[in-house]
Amino acid sequence: MMASSYNAKDEDGHHPGSVGSGGPGAVKSKKPDNTAFKQQRLPAWQPILTAGTVLPAFFMIGLIFIPIGIGLLVTSNNIKEFEVRAVAIATSYCVIRALCSYTAPRTKDFSNVFMYYGLSNFYQNHRRYVKSRDDSQLNGDKSSLLNPSKECEPYRTSDKKSIAPCGAIANSLFNDTLELFYIHPNGSRIAIHLVKTGIAWWTDKHVKFRNPGENNNNLSIVFQDTSKPVNWRKPVYELDPSDPDNNGFINEDFIVWMRTAALPTFRKLYRIIQKKKDNMTPTLPPGNYSLEVIYNYPVRSFDGRKRMILSTISWMGGKNPFLGIAYITVGSVCFFLGVVLLIIHHKYGNRNNNADIPN
Amino acid sequence: MKLIGATAIEDKLQDGVAQTIEQLTKAEIKIWVLTGDKQETAENIGYSCNLLREEMNEVFFVAANSPEEVRQELRDARLKMLPDTEEDKFLIPETILGDTPKVVEDENVNGDYGLVINGHSLAFALESNMELEFLRTACMCRTVICCRVTPLQKAQVVELVKKYKKAVTLAIGDGANDVSMIKAAHIGVGISGQEGMQAVLSSDFSFAQFRFLQRLLLVHGRWSYLRMCKFLRYFFYKNFTFTFVHFWYAFFCGFSAQTVYDEGFITLYNLVYTALPVLGMSLFDQDVNAGWSLEYPQLYVPGQLSQYFSKRAFVMCALHSWYSSLVLFFVPYAATYDTARDDGKDGADYQSFALITQTCLTVTVCVQLGLDLSYWTVVNHLFVWGSLGMFFILTFTMYTDGLFQLRPSSFAFIGTARNCLNQPNVWLTVALTAILCVLPVAAYRFFYSQISPTINDKVQYRPAPRPRRTRLTRRSTRRSGYAFSHAHGYGDLVTSGRFLRRHAPARSMGLISTGRSPGFKPTGRSAGYSPVGREQNPKQKVEPTSLQMFRAVKDTSF
Repeated sequence: MMASSYNAKDEDGHHPGSVGSGGPGAVKSKKPDNTAFKQQRLPAWQPILTAGTVLPAFFMIGLIFIPIGIGLLVTSNNIKEFEVRAVAIATSYCVIRALCSYTAPRTKDFSNVFMYYGLSNFYQNHRRYVKSRDDSQLNGDKSSLLNPSKECEPYRTSDKKSIAPCGAIANSLFNDTLELFYIHPNGSRIAIHLVKTGIAWWTDKHVKFRNPGENNNNLSIVFQDTSKPVNWRKPVYELDPSDPDNNGFINEDFIVWMRTAALPTFRKLYRIIQKKKDNMTPTLPPGNYSLEVIYNYPVRSFDGRKRMILSTISWMGGKNPFLGIAYITVGSVCFFLGVVLLIIHHKYGNRNNNADIPN
Repeated sequence: MKLIGATAIEDKLQDGVAQTIEQLTKAEIKIWVLTGDKQETAENIGYSCNLLREEMNEVFFVAANSPEEVRQELRDARLKMLPDTEEDKFLIPETILGDTPKVVEDENVNGDYGLVINGHSLAFALESNMELEFLRTACMCRTVICCRVTPLQKAQVVELVKKYKKAVTLAIGDGANDVSMIKAAHIGVGISGQEGMQAVLSSDFSFAQFRFLQRLLLVHGRWSYLRMCKFLRYFFYKNFTFTFVHFWYAFFCGFSAQTVYDEGFITLYNLVYTALPVLGMSLFDQDVNAGWSLEYPQLYVPGQLSQYFSKRAFVMCALHSWYSSLVLFFVPYAATYDTARDDGKDGADYQSFALITQTCLTVTVCVQLGLDLSYWTVVNHLFVWGSLGMFFILTFTMYTDGLFQLRPSSFAFIGTARNCLNQPNVWLTVALTAILCVLPVAAYRFFYSQISPTINDKVQYRPAPRPRRTRLTRRSTRRSGYAFSHAHGYGDLVTSGRFLRRHAPARSMGLISTGRSPGFKPTGRSAGYSPVGREQNPKQKVEPTSLQMFRAVKDTSF
């Protein structure tokens, strides 16, 4: 038995401690390489949470965040916003000219003023709604024009012809018309020029949405085998006949609407009131204004609400005090926590050094 | 009579055995010795390895010839250690108690005791009506040495401990007679060397010297546990956070199951953006380097108590995720509520919101990983920053014009990255969410490291140790290392058939064929040459005594 165990050892060829370069047929040593990688000795940075790193970090964060928050809050407060809630009208499909007079206290503001329409309780982020569109068709693909994707159901075909543009998003296009008039002290109404281009993303207008038929300006021929969406009054090639660059799929109001909102309360850019060429006259001088709305869009059935917003813009976007307040709060909490931890470290921090590890 | 000469057989232990055993005992690992040597040899080995000590209160010897005597001796030993267990009726066989076997809990005794039991008595003690008694008495002792043990009995002892104690067992041996024990234990370690390769072939780990066990357990075992727990905790955290955000969004999208993120992001999140960093952490992380791990065996205890990943740890992780998901949804929600971009155009659309939330999430989980990682090697840096970079690269790539033209329906997010990520608003939101998610964790950890620092914290605050040579000298003991061979061997045990299992055939092959203890070698290996003729390395000592170890687990919350 003992002899056989020696034979087994020879057959295995394992010679612990002996050099592997024997005669012919010597077996390679199974010892793993003594490199830093394989022996887990790689040089490394080992950060630990000491008082010297954590406390200064807390104070630094506090000291950085509070001024940022104050800056954001001040910027937000400087943005002027004016909101008009839509008055509830009894009927939904009737065209009513609503005349409202408002005294807009426009202080002297020399920048562009943006006019938005806002909707509430309108779930543009519903899953079935979001996927109900055909991006190929909107990109001008000829085959998708006549054969839209199945996602558009049930707004895919009507009268045995395919709908262009198909889908529920396109079907629910916002179609109220808003007009703004300045009431001059002498009684005359001056229409304020509202710019309707430049309201959609550049990438949307020039890459994502393309009219089919390449550069054919006669869109009625291009769309001849399609029908308009069910809830529209006019077909898509009549959205803005006066401007061929704003007609068909590349109509900017349409593009803005197709960019679905993330939350049930949202605003979408409607028009831009450009600032005056000379930077001396305010864009909207103080005085009385009149807003004329043509109500086409029915929202009462789902308890939705409409509003119109006039707002200026800053480097941080629209008026939103949240970030400013949040930064100030987090900065102060951080600073306060730093102070508390400093006290705790002062009182108990010696436990790490004094209490020796029992050996 | 004329004295012609004298022969002596030297059977020294390997280098570093005593020191290894000492370190492992400090790591709260209980060590039992199961050897085929006779009692005197085993005792001397015990004293030389520091398992048995002069300062011990008492060492009990159980060497009886009948079951009743064995039971009496075990009972006497137990009563001497814990006098107030007189009334305990512990002798109920497990069948009466139902299907789940009773668990023998650890009991605290005052003083150090040792137990030496020989194979004959062990055969009686391992019977089903006495095994609990034996186990209970043995667990009260600091050291248990079983001598004259057959290979089958070794396996039986291991199985007894596995069955009735909530402990992980490790068996280490080097000979063919240790194979059954190695296979029976949770972890089997084979020592390759003089006895051939049988033990190595049947083991989970194998190395050449007993003292490597220290490194295996205290360094690599500990790191492995730590890495596994950190990996699990972080993995649950990042996925729960990712998912809970959808729960909050449901309230604002009409409960229509609309995803907050882009579908491409959902696919790539676990695959590309967060896979490699956590993999790097689970491969390279070390909280305490190897030198300190060996120097402070107490660092091993958290693994025994399952402190790093338990039900409580999981619940804390879930709570943390819940809080993070709240921040990760409501901060972008409030920051984009009813707002526009800095040129007046739409900034609160679904695609921008998705991108903002995605960016916040990726940056936050990345920063959280940075907080968890305690050992930043080059590979970790590459993985972490590379993954974050990949997120931005892939996001921009997926939202380019070219891919949109290719498949408009799949890449519908075109232009979002360019239009959204150039807003200072967005980056301020990202910074805010990251800080808000990570700050409580950092504060909590720092707070606890100040108030009640663990051993890890204390060791981490020390500077790196100088490399030290391991001490090779044994502790001095008044006992001399000799034994007389005047006690009779275990032939009686063999012929009695007591050690055989009830259901095994009467003739078991191979168990008794050696009949010799592994400590007794007929050929003079210690003389410095092997029968094969090669000069041996004089440092390569004969194999040590077979040892079995088990860890005592104190946590009863399982």
